[in-house]
Amino acid sequence: MTGLLMVIVLFLAVFAAAQIMRIYELSAKVRQEREYEVTDKDNNTQGRLMLLFGIGLIVSFFWMMAEWGEIMLPRPSSLHGVEIDRLWDISMWMIIVMFILIQPILFYFAYKYRGRKDGQATYYEHNNRLEFIWTFVPAVVLAVLIIYGLTTWANVMNPKNDEEPMVVELYAQQFKWTVRYSGEDNTLGFANVRLVGGANTVGVDTTHANSADDFLATEIHLPVGRPVLFKFRAQDVIHSAYMPHFRAQMNCVPGMETHFQFTPTVTTAEIRQDPNVQGKVSRINALRQAKGLELYEYDYLLLCNKICGSAHYNMQMNIVVETQAEYDAWVKEQKTIAETL
Amino acid sequence: MASHEHGNDHTHDHDHDHEHHVENFWTKYIFSQDHKMIGKQFLITGMFMGIIGVFMSMLFRLQLAWPDEKFAILETFLGKWAPEGQMDPNMYLALVTIHGTIMVFFVLTAGLSGTFSNLLIPLQIGARDMASGFLNMLSYWFFAASSVVMLVSLFVETGPASGGWTVYPPLSALPQAMPGSGAGMTLWLISMTLFIAGSLLGSLNYIVTIINLRTKGMAMTRLPLTIWAFLVTAILGVLSFPVLLSAALLLMFDRMLGTSFYLSDIMVAGELLHNEGGSPVLYEHLFWFLGHPEVYIILLPALGITSEVIATNSRKPIFGYRAMIGSILAIAFLSFIVWGHHMFITGMNPFLGSVFTFTTLLIAIPSAVKAFNYITTLWKGNIQLTPAMLFSIGLVSTFVAGGLTGIILGDSALDINVHDTYFVVAHFHIVMGLSAIFGMFAGVYHWFPKMYRRMMNKGLGYIHFWLTFISAYGVFFPMHFTGLAGLPRRYYSNAEFPIFDELQDINVIISMFAILGGIAQLIFIFNFFYSMWRGPKAPQNPWRSNTLEWTAPVEHMHGNWPGEIPSVYRWPYDYSKPGHDEDFVPQNTPLKEGEVGH
Repeated sequence: MTGLLMVIVLFLAVFAAAQIMRIYELSAKVRQEREYEVTDKDNNTQGRLMLLFGIGLIVSFFWMMAEWGEIMLPRPSSLHGVEIDRLWDISMWMIIVMFILIQPILFYFAYKYRGRKDGQATYYEHNNRLEFIWTFVPAVVLAVLIIYGLTTWANVMNPKNDEEPMVVELYAQQFKWTVRYSGEDNTLGFANVRLVGGANTVGVDTTHANSADDFLATEIHLPVGRPVLFKFRAQDVIHSAYMPHFRAQMNCVPGMETHFQFTPTVTTAEIRQDPNVQGKVSRINALRQAKGLELYEYDYLLLCNKICGSAHYNMQMNIVVETQAEYDAWVKEQKTIAETL
Repeated sequence: MASHEHGNDHTHDHDHDHEHHVENFWTKYIFSQDHKMIGKQFLITGMFMGIIGVFMSMLFRLQLAWPDEKFAILETFLGKWAPEGQMDPNMYLALVTIHGTIMVFFVLTAGLSGTFSNLLIPLQIGARDMASGFLNMLSYWFFAASSVVMLVSLFVETGPASGGWTVYPPLSALPQAMPGSGAGMTLWLISMTLFIAGSLLGSLNYIVTIINLRTKGMAMTRLPLTIWAFLVTAILGVLSFPVLLSAALLLMFDRMLGTSFYLSDIMVAGELLHNEGGSPVLYEHLFWFLGHPEVYIILLPALGITSEVIATNSRKPIFGYRAMIGSILAIAFLSFIVWGHHMFITGMNPFLGSVFTFTTLLIAIPSAVKAFNYITTLWKGNIQLTPAMLFSIGLVSTFVAGGLTGIILGDSALDINVHDTYFVVAHFHIVMGLSAIFGMFAGVYHWFPKMYRRMMNKGLGYIHFWLTFISAYGVFFPMHFTGLAGLPRRYYSNAEFPIFDELQDINVIISMFAILGGIAQLIFIFNFFYSMWRGPKAPQNPWRSNTLEWTAPVEHMHGNWPGEIPSVYRWPYDYSKPGHDEDFVPQNTPLKEGEVGH
């Protein structure tokens, strides 16, 4: 019944709109205007609206920066993250400057050169010099960005460490993460999906010498300041290990091993003292309190960032960065895979 | 001279046809071989698909803004996928997937390029019709068939494809991995196969027509920029779509015949699969080898339309005509060697990442040239702010705004942390989605009189533009911020992560703009159909434009011009040229004595 009513209302609305259009067009006819022709009045109105929009766009841009600037990710908690953020800031400032230069010019021209009945445009086909300038200048700026970007990329992907990195495996499956530590020998034992079964959830070859001291965990613990080499595997579909606080991300692909290396530099305890983070947490907790939800404590996170199925939106794991002593104590509590089987 | 002779040959064919050929309803409206009718068929089908695609985005925006609320409307449209108005996570992913597929392929590829390439190529180059009317008809019907299959896939038991519009295997290959990878995914692949076949037939036809059927005097350097854009778009399509076809076929083999092109060492839903030796990364390479040129297949026609609309309505020549052609060619060339920037973090060799960063950032140069040339075209113009012109200026704005963030995303080191977040969603919607759809609207407002012999209502056009423009920025600008807060895309709900709690207000703002923008399109649809039947009769050249389509009579006829095909004596951009009485000089006006031609 409501459906029928909706259809009738819709029909009447369209009919009414058509009648209004008819009246509008007839009145234009009476005034001997052709509705579709752009008059000086239209150009004035639309030109001013263009100018207004240009101003509004820039103002709202600054408003958003002021209002939402604080929701962005806090400072990076990894060594290479600092380098990425420096490149980020430079690129970002450059594009912001371009944005607030070009947009106003565009909308200002649309206003300033709005048409008039007796107006006259200037016949101006091209100007090699101008065109050379705006080919050359972007080329130079981009050359700088490319060189800077490639250097940063090379440093991030092939970091030079004095210390041998700690090897940790992240194992992804619908819709959970498992972390496997390589133990004292710092070498992961052989593993394959074909060996998965029962309590052996990540398919470790328990007969392999290197797997004897491997252990699994449901939370990632990392000692601060020690480089860590993550090796990624996936059991079923592609997942992506996203650790935004460390500026780290790598896909986990079934049938192949991928890896990413970084050095955490800020412990969980330290980042919780960061004023930005504290501000964020208090804002979030104010919201949660109002909704009657349990209070939130800040943690580093591992998220899945490649569509992987229905519960993709809830595939996460906590990351704890701690001092070496705390880490060693935690390791002592863990049971090796061999022990659990 | 060669082109002239061809033109005459074609005239002859056409006259010959007419003697034996009586038009009835079927040959005129359904199985038409006339390029103008086929263009209109593409437009109407594209608009229909567009309505569905936009409507889907409004449904999933409801979910994102108010995840705890129940909406009766969801149950009305989604049935069992939204029991009591609460959307199922699988349906959320399906909506996102089909929204992307429909908008990218059905609206902005077929709807945009199909409509305007068909309508404008013969009319603007001075040809009686496309080189092959029959292939052209087939191209539309393949597209129509693929649209039907795609729509049918919405109604299968296990739901439509839901692995994201890129349908990466193994997710899309394994029905055990998600319900959408069952029959829905099979239909998705069949639909895309038909789509690609249609697209290739169309593209071949466009290329052959532009190369061979130009009228006397229509040198390549006198082609309107629309035609240059359509030509390069067609070449991109011919070179890249077959690669997607092969990717889709291999995926079908993996799904149906037990092959292992993309699958290796998999255990899904407790079942160990036999597949060994394949790699999903292979699929990603094949997909993005089309996927990136596809961005320009979408964007170039919109830029071509904008070039034409901006020049005409500024009453000025397009600034730097040759640089514009050069930048189209440069963008097209580069678009084939940048696909890897979608794959920086797939586990691809980091050295390849460096190469793709290098090539990707180079695209900014020709793009900057285009943006600056548009702005200079406005400078000292006598700008007629028609609805088409407003949309074109809007395009320049979004092209700049979205292009700039490309400098961030194309940089592999920076991509690590924003890959697949809402920052990316903001970037590609602004630079590709909005720019292309604005170009499409500009084209419809500008060439409506050519298509339907009537004028669209200007007042409604203005309202449509402003609501669309404001809501477009309102939707996508804030997404940069949620992306920088680390929010991944394709999340059904953010409630599982308290760290994203404070983004909920922004999500509400985005959704409200999305709903406003969606509703604003009703104004356009009303204006379109009302004007089609009741709009004021169009004069022959309503925008006082130079290109050849406006020398053809308002009434449509097979063969476009009643007498001889017009000859061309000048480039299409002689607006406000000193020494002429009018502020436009159509291309078929012979040069005056002593006048320097182009």
